[in-house]
Amino acid sequence: MPAMIEITNAEKTFTMHLQGGVKLPVVRDVSFDVSAGECVALAGPSGAGKSSILKMIFGNYRCDDGRIGIRHEGKWLDLVKAEPCRILGVRRSTIGYVSQFLRAVPRVATIDVVAEPLIATGLARETARGKAAQLLQRLNISERLWRLPPSTFSGGEQQRVNIARGFISDHPILLLDEPTASLDAANRKIVVDLIAEKKRAGVAIVAIVHDDEVRRAIADRIVDVTSFAAAA
Amino acid sequence: MAEMKSVADNDRPLLIAEDLAKNYGRLTACCDVSFTLYPGEVLAVVGESGSGKSTLLQLLSAQLVPTSGRVNYRMRDGVLRDLASLGEAEQRFLFRTDWGYVHQDPAQGLRMAVSAGANVGERLMAVGWNHYGRIRHTATSWLERVEIDTARIDDTPRTYSGGMRQRLQIARNLVTEPRLVFMDEPTGGLDVSVQARLLDLVRTLVAELGLAAIVVTHDLAVARLLSHRVMVMKAGRVIETGLTDQVLDDPREPYTQLLVSSILPP
Repeated sequence: MPAMIEITNAEKTFTMHLQGGVKLPVVRDVSFDVSAGECVALAGPSGAGKSSILKMIFGNYRCDDGRIGIRHEGKWLDLVKAEPCRILGVRRSTIGYVSQFLRAVPRVATIDVVAEPLIATGLARETARGKAAQLLQRLNISERLWRLPPSTFSGGEQQRVNIARGFISDHPILLLDEPTASLDAANRKIVVDLIAEKKRAGVAIVAIVHDDEVRRAIADRIVDVTSFAAAA
Repeated sequence: MAEMKSVADNDRPLLIAEDLAKNYGRLTACCDVSFTLYPGEVLAVVGESGSGKSTLLQLLSAQLVPTSGRVNYRMRDGVLRDLASLGEAEQRFLFRTDWGYVHQDPAQGLRMAVSAGANVGERLMAVGWNHYGRIRHTATSWLERVEIDTARIDDTPRTYSGGMRQRLQIARNLVTEPRLVFMDEPTGGLDVSVQARLLDLVRTLVAELGLAAIVVTHDLAVARLLSHRVMVMKAGRVIETGLTDQVLDDPREPYTQLLVSSILPP
């Protein structure tokens, strides 16, 4: 299977100007590839930089050095050097991201929160809502909640809404940050199945999972993030 | 074919600012501002009062003449023109049709003594509409779109609440299907609950109509909700720029870090 992500010597340091310019090295020499249909799990203790690496691949955190190659619409694009409008294009059609916590716009109904990524690619609203409904159903979000904004939902419900939003598009790359952290066994199983379907469809996945059972079920390969630890 | 054309159009900048500067005597209101705006793109200009962001908005919308630098705008015929070189008729066309300008104070952008329907219809008449029934029909549908009870169409905005006035101002601006909308603190004087509704409305309309917008705000939450890209201004200069979530989640400059760390948690 062809590589979808190629990361070479990526590096990230935070400079905290409000704390007297303290430099907080996060990761350095991050190098790994992910192929289509493969799930790579990032492992390492809390604070090792796993989420930061996902955010770098999504273009949310800026890299100080190195290269993050993304196969976008058949061509390689280095996210580290890409213009903002290119990064937006990559997010529209190539990379999906399920963050640890749902960050939704106030007042927007759950079904529209989930359908939005499809509408952004130009799909008709009703078609997108139909697909959103299917996913919400599958993730056991009760239909009476669909018209409500998710801000008042429980942690587990919000996470499932977030997963539905991330999984609704046919993006060839998916980044998952603790997708099953606050789910019960039954819903964990559903998410594991959804991930397996994505892999069969050729999606390249990078995931952070603490649950050993889930990790064994989905990961083809483990990348140990402690080897990228930046010396403080 | 039509689709190919629109794709090509979207790849071409709508507005290009080159080294814009404005001095008031020895005072520099803004300087060295350069950026490119593409069709459908929403750019937020953030910074505290006095940072030069309102001056910049006026320079970009041809309400102020820059001391140096220039603003190029792609007219509907596809030709990129320097705003300073436009004739009066061309400028009027931009103001009346191709651009919208949403003021912080709706009283500045509305005619307070005439009805809501006339406020919306007036922009249509300015571009040559003359059929009363069609104008009224379009005005009515725009009031619906901005969630104003159409039974209030003949009332003047004086009788409207602050949030309704702001929504009416937005309808008045968007009715001519502009390609670019300037917004100066659009939620500035509103209650928090009214703000959320307005932001949701603006976000939806901008996406549906594929508008480009330049939004000046001191509120980073507004920038996060509405914009694709952010420019942070301080003392008349752009100190940081990038994708909105990059700049807000990973701010690099001391001043941006200060702004971001000053947001109260929800």
